[in-house]
Amino acid sequence: MEITRRRLLVLLPAAAVAWKFVLAGTPEASPNYKLTEHWWGMLIDIPKCIGCGGCVRACAEENDVPEGYYRTWIERYHVTDWKIEKPEVESPNGGKQGFPLNQDSGGKNFFVPKLCNHCAESPCTQVCPVGATFVTPDGVVLVDKSYCLGCRYCVQACPYGCRFINPKTNTAEKCSLCYHRITKGLTTACCEVCPTGARQLADLKNPKDPIHEFLKTHTVQVLKPHMATGAKVFYNGMDGSVR
Amino acid sequence: MFKDIEHLVRLAAVMVIALVAFAILRTAVVPRSFGQYGHYRGAAIAEAAARPVAFAGHDTCEACHTDVVDQKKQGKHVVVSCEACHGAQARHADDPASVKPAKLDTAVVCARCHEANSAKPKGFPQVATADHSGGLACDTCHQPHRPRIDTSAETKSATEGKK
Repeated sequence: MEITRRRLLVLLPAAAVAWKFVLAGTPEASPNYKLTEHWWGMLIDIPKCIGCGGCVRACAEENDVPEGYYRTWIERYHVTDWKIEKPEVESPNGGKQGFPLNQDSGGKNFFVPKLCNHCAESPCTQVCPVGATFVTPDGVVLVDKSYCLGCRYCVQACPYGCRFINPKTNTAEKCSLCYHRITKGLTTACCEVCPTGARQLADLKNPKDPIHEFLKTHTVQVLKPHMATGAKVFYNGMDGSVR
Repeated sequence: MFKDIEHLVRLAAVMVIALVAFAILRTAVVPRSFGQYGHYRGAAIAEAAARPVAFAGHDTCEACHTDVVDQKKQGKHVVVSCEACHGAQARHADDPASVKPAKLDTAVVCARCHEANSAKPKGFPQVATADHSGGLACDTCHQPHRPRIDTSAETKSATEGKK
């Protein structure tokens, strides 16, 4: 076939379209779930948390988290009178087996569940040298195990201490917001088992999600707002001593 | 124009070959989905979503165990999902005949939430189990699906939780 100017003009756009499909790779596995229709976060209602450790145990079971490492954990705060800058914080075994009885010594005591804040402007994904961790179009920070080198940059970049290196795989690991569950229409394992509703998964793009009414009517904060990470785990009733 | 143009042509040829080799190698090594959504492998999203679940979710439990749902509706535990106490049951839900959930020790399970602790919210029902029951299993007196002890209520239904 002789390449004339006319044929070339037809072929070039066709080749461009074909190349776009090559770049796009394979289509998504779950056809009913649309990445662009969700923007995930979580609501933590501190006054409701009883520190039972159910979320920590469920997370470990659901995600095969190695013993001694935590994708989510619970901290018990003890604040004496005005000393909100020097709280006593403890988290024995991540709160997995609950908390030992403490003597009520007159201060303020409460539990704070922690997990990845799934930051929209996440510091951890920005430092990855190989593109092994990223924010998905639906707002979840994930790790691509097959791409991670285990360089630990992200572990020290996270201001919330939510990442660790899995001792078996030697790759970075963190809360995936149970991505395999939320894309199937389920809630996360921690929210599923929370007996008091202290943890609630929130789809910020869904106008019918009760999170919107809650945010409108409550005093809500994120952790370390001064770091401008775009954290999407919202804490209700959080004391100033929490960091 | 140039006197000895041959070495320039050779240099150009080497550079062209190197460029072509780089382009071929890059296409072969970089995964196809890299850059689909950003500077990462787009297929990793579908891989993360494809993992199997361990917790079936209370909707799955309630589809079969309707008798327990009715029991729970009579008490405060209506808000507690099944797997909060019974543990991950996706394998049981997939194959109810051969995978049976383990029987719970209420002396351990109930205490996880209800053991007294000054950090727990004041309105939450808590007891020091050693004083309250002296180590007796909680289901000696309480029916866990409907924990309030009501003297007029009928005793535990025989089929409850066994369907």
